[in-house]
Formats: sequence, structure tokens, C-alpha cells
Amino acid sequence: MNQNSYLILSAAMFSIGAIGVLVRRNPLVMFMCVELMLNAVNLSFVSFSRSLGNVDGQVIVVFVMVVAAAEVVVGLAIVLSIMRRRPGANADDLTMLRG
Amino acid sequence: MEHLIWLIPALPLVGFGIQLVGGRRLGDPRAGWVATGMVAASFLASVAVFFDLLSRSEEERSITQTLFQWIPVGNLRIGMGFLADPLSITMCLFVTGIGSLIHLYSIGYMKGDPRYSKFFLYLNLFIFSMLMLVLGENLLVTFLGWEGVGACSYFLIAFWHTDTANASAGKKAFITNRVGDWGFMLATFLTWTVVGSLNYSDINAAAVGGSITGVTATAIVVLFLVAATGKSAQLPLFVWLPDAMAGPTPVSALIHAATMVTSGVYLLVRLNPLLFEAGWANDAIAWVGAITALVAATIAISQNDIKKVLAYSTVSQLGFLFLAVGTGNYVAAIFHMVTHAFFKALLFLGSGSVIHGMAHDQDMRHYGNLRRYMPITAGTFIVGWLAIAGVPPFSGFWSKDEILAGAWSFGPSGKVLWFIGLVTALMTAFYMTRQVVMTFFGTERWREVELDPAHAATDPANAAHADEHDHHGLTPDHEPHESPWTMTVPLVVLAGLATVGGVLNLPFADGLHFLEHWLDPVIVHPHELPAVPTLVVLAGLATLGALLGIVLAGAVYVRRQVDPSLIEREVFAKGWYIDWAYSWFTGGPGRDAFDATARFDQTVVDGAVNGTAALVQRAGVRSRRLQSGQVRGYALGIAVGAVLMVGYFMTRMGF
Repeated sequence: MNQNSYLILSAAMFSIGAIGVLVRRNPLVMFMCVELMLNAVNLSFVSFSRSLGNVDGQVIVVFVMVVAAAEVVVGLAIVLSIMRRRPGANADDLTMLRG
Repeated sequence: MEHLIWLIPALPLVGFGIQLVGGRRLGDPRAGWVATGMVAASFLASVAVFFDLLSRSEEERSITQTLFQWIPVGNLRIGMGFLADPLSITMCLFVTGIGSLIHLYSIGYMKGDPRYSKFFLYLNLFIFSMLMLVLGENLLVTFLGWEGVGACSYFLIAFWHTDTANASAGKKAFITNRVGDWGFMLATFLTWTVVGSLNYSDINAAAVGGSITGVTATAIVVLFLVAATGKSAQLPLFVWLPDAMAGPTPVSALIHAATMVTSGVYLLVRLNPLLFEAGWANDAIAWVGAITALVAATIAISQNDIKKVLAYSTVSQLGFLFLAVGTGNYVAAIFHMVTHAFFKALLFLGSGSVIHGMAHDQDMRHYGNLRRYMPITAGTFIVGWLAIAGVPPFSGFWSKDEILAGAWSFGPSGKVLWFIGLVTALMTAFYMTRQVVMTFFGTERWREVELDPAHAATDPANAAHADEHDHHGLTPDHEPHESPWTMTVPLVVLAGLATVGGVLNLPFADGLHFLEHWLDPVIVHPHELPAVPTLVVLAGLATLGALLGIVLAGAVYVRRQVDPSLIEREVFAKGWYIDWAYSWFTGGPGRDAFDATARFDQTVVDGAVNGTAALVQRAGVRSRRLQSGQVRGYALGIAVGAVLMVGYFMTRMGF
């Protein structure tokens, strides 16, 4: 296994995640896609870290995971409170904040 | 002892605070006594600083005390500082000295007024402001006092503000003074630009050192002259002072005769090294003074209101002060300022005593023979009359003579200025004699007022006076009375000062020039008086002029050899129509100009501001559509943006 394989996998995960965020309308699925993108980046960090022999990349991964966890907490809370006010889960319908 | 300087203005300020907090509780007359005590204490502090200065050698007679940094901005460092030198302490002594006497007088005069403590509150605030003006170490502290006395003057002129005439007289004084303040501010800005400091010591040092060019000095002095004509009631801004007589009489005596109106002269004397460099600005000052003195004297001849006569007389005497300043005769200006403060305060307080005794009627045509009823007032008033008329050996003679002699030796136009001064002195003696005769001698005219309706019917102005007279309740059976001791004591003290005030600067021997030697450190370029023989001749002519004025007035008003209407012309009574011309101008072309300015403001200035706002608003309305609220839209934007940026870096930066 050389580094290229990791990077190709990472790029594929990132693209799937990005397309998922753009095309799906369910907020929960969009969250999962965001997680996918974050983990794709994590993967490339770890692979670079290993090939360059520098632990900095692995340190960053820990940070990213912490931030992702926090983001999910806030995001899920928002989704939950929206669900309480109105039924259904469609991101396109949530346009109350338009200018 | 120098730490006492700050006490001089602080004590009246404390008095002001006491009146503000507990004045109404102190009531009548305790509030008055507290206020008087504060000013008297301030006088004692001035005396202490005076003796401290006296004990020093001549070069060290200048103490600067800075309490704190007031305005530290960039290069501008303004301290709340006081400057005690012979000039400012002279001013402090007579401001607080005469101020305490007038406070004492007010205790009696204002008795029973519903806003008794408010009156003393304003008086204390005035004394504080005046002392700040005088003691200020830089132009800005002086300006603080300058505006303070203006505001107090406004409060006090309009003290009985329920009467519309009083309220509008206050407004007139305030607005006219604003014109002068404009000059003060511009002069201050210009001084700051040129000298880089507002301290008097720096300005005067720069003037002596020659770092201010003649043209700049002239510009600064002309602007300060504008300021001084406003505050000291000179042409063309003197119109507010006669109307200011609407205020209570102690106010007229304190503010509009003795102290505030001299502050313009004080300012010019303070800057005397600058004036020396100012070229033709000095001629302007001298001519403004001479013409004002003459014009005001002609108006004074035809007035019937006892206070109006004194008001125009004050304008005229202030003209003498300007004449002295313009001819470089600063010692004489300060000398006459002090003696004038004595005798004019005396005359005003005397007139107040008369008004008090005559049921608040101010028309001299209703007076007569009052010396029988109020002997102390009459006696002191006659002393004041002799002093202002310039009869030796009363104080006014010495100071006025010094001004006239100084004018004589002033350049080519000096002789003309001297002649105008002499004529004015003659007219001063004339109108003051007329006033004394009409008030204290002759028949008791108020007893016949109501029997003589034709008197009132001839002239609408008289009809107005008759109304006023009914309003104040002067009836034919009125018995005039002498005033209480709080009012007569100041009269007697001031009469004493007005008699002997001349000893400040007697001309006979060099050793007798006390004031001149005292002011020597402040006056950079002393003035040369003419040689002794000329001086004696000039003094003789001045005395003759004064006596001639008295004799002429006697011929007209006592022996009735000349019809008074030949002298009391309509044009004089109406004040040369200057007031009328001002109101015509501001009502006609002035009004149009103001309206045009207002239109310019509404269309062009407001248009620019509102146009900018409208432009921003329209741009906002357009761009708000970008915020669709569609989360996926934003995500797409971010994705496209990221791709574009990555593409840019990859193509441009050669990864």
C-alpha cells in the first residue's frame, strides 16, 4: 500500500461527501455528508503525517474530531428544535432567514 | 503665599454651590449674607496675593499656578492655570472689592423678591466667571470666563423674565455678544496657528521676540478688537448695553458698568506687546473708542430714563478706555477703568437707591427735589457726578486727563482724537449735570404728573412711560424715603473711593505714579506723555471743558435760558437710529440672506447627506436578494468558490 491509495480514497470520500451536501435535502443526511468530508481530510492528514514522519498531522486530526463533535452537538440541537416547531425535514423549506 | 491664588475664584464658586444647594432654605436675607461673605473672602484672598506680589522684586511679580491639565490633545496642552501679576491682581482687587459692596447693596435692594436666592446665585457665578477671565493664564481659560460672564449677564438682565421686554433685552445682549465671541474664537485659532501656544507668556514673548509678523499681529488684534467691541459695548455692537438696563440695578452697576464691560479693554491691555506690533489696528482701536465716546455722549443727553443716561454714559466712558488703549496709553486705560468702576458703580447704585425710593419709577421727568428726602443718596450721587464730569480733585479728572494727554502725543491723528475726547468730556459734564438737576433739584414733579395729561399725550413714548408709572404706583402723594443702611454704606464707601481714587496715579512727581510703577512689568512699551508745560495746558483745557459743560447745563436746566428741545434732538433720543437700522437690516435683506442660507442648507447640504443615504439604501435593497435562505445554495457557493480558489492557486502559483 503506497500513499497514493490513501489519497485516492480520501479524495473519493471528500467528493461523495461534497456532492451529498449539495444534492440531499434532509438535514441529517447533510450532516453525515459533512462528517464524511471531515474524515476524508483526516485520512489525508494521517497519511501525509506517516509518509513525512511528522506527528503534526495526527495532532490536527484530533483537533478536527473535537471540532466535528462540537459541531454535531450544535447542529443536531438546531435540527431538533426545528423539528419541534414544524413537521418534515427538508432543508429547502427552511428559508425563514432570507433577506 | 502663592497657593492662595486658586482661592480667589474658588470662594465665589463655593458660594455659588451653597446657593445652588441650599439657597432657598437660607432664604431672605441670609442667602444674601452668605453670598456677600464669599465675595468679601475672595477680596481678602486678593489682598493677600497683592501683598505677596508687593513683597517681591519687580521681575518676580508674576506667579503662574497650574491646577491641572485641562485639554491635552496632540501638541495642544491647555492647563487650568492662573496668572497672578500686577495687571490681573489689580483687576481682581476691584472686581471683588466693588463686587462685595454691590452684593451688600443687593441685600437691601432685592429684599422681598420671590427669587431672592437665585439672584445671589447668579451674582456669585458671575464673580467666579469674571475672576476666571481675569486670572486665566491662557486664552482658553479667559474664554471660559468670557462666556461665563456673558451667560450670567444674560441670566441677570432677564432676571425679571416674566416681562417680555426684559426677556428680549437679555436675548439681545447674548446674541450681540456672540458676534464678538466669533472674533475671540478666530483670534484664538490664529494665535494657536502662529505661536503654537495659547499662554499669554508665550504669545507676548513671541511678539517681543519678533516671531509674529506685523500683518499677522494686525489680523489677530483686529479680531480681538471685534471681541472687545462686543463685550465692552463699542460701536458697532454697543446696542445691547442700554437695553441691559432692564435688569435689577445692582446688576447694572456690577456687570454693565464696573466689571464685565471692561474685560475687552483688559484683554487688549493683557496683549499689549502684540498690540505694539499691530500697526494700524491701534488706530482702529483709538478711532472706534473716540467715535463711540462721542456718539454715546450725544445719545445720553436726550435720554429721560435715569438708568439709560448712565448706560450711554458707560458706553461713552468705555470709549475713552479704547481711546487710551489705541494710543498705547495702557496705564491710563487701567487707571480710568478703576476710577470709572468706582464712580460709575456709585452712580448706578445711587440711581438704584432713587428708583427704590420712588416706587420703581425710572423716568427723571417724574423726579425733582429728591435731595430733601434722600440726603445720603443725593450727596454721594453728587460726588459721583463731579468725578465723572472731570472736576478736580475728584478721581475722574486725573484719569480722564491722562487719557486726553496721551491722545495728544499720539502721532498725526492724535490732535483730532484729543479734540473729540475733549468735546466728549464737555458733553459728559453736560448730561450728568442735567441728570443731577432733574433728579435732586427743582420742583417735585411727580406731584403734578397726573395733573398734566398733555405732557404724556405729546409723544407715544411718553404714553408708554405713563403706563409704566401707573403700573409701579407712583402717586402724587408719594413720599420718597431714604434707603436702608445696607444700601447707603456701599454708596458712602464708593463715594470715598471716587473722591480719592486719583491718588493711584497723580501726575505731579515720578514718585506719585504708583499705578504706573506697579504695572511696569506688564506694560512692555511704556507710553510717553507730553512735556510738563503742555500737560498743564491740556489739564487746564480739560477742566475748562468740564466746567463749561456744567455751566451750559445750568443755563439750560436751572435758569431755563435755552429751550431743552434745541439740544435734546429726536435723532439723539432715538440713538442715531442705530437700533432701528439693525432691526431693519435683519428684518429685510438680512432675513432674505438667512432664508437663502437655510434653503442652501436644505437642498445642497441636506441633499448630499440624504442622497448618500438613499444610494446606500437602494444598493441594500438590490443586494438583499442574494440572501435566499436556501442552505444548499450557500453550500454551492462555498464549493464553487473553493474550487475557483484552488484552481487559481494551481494555475498561477505553479504547484
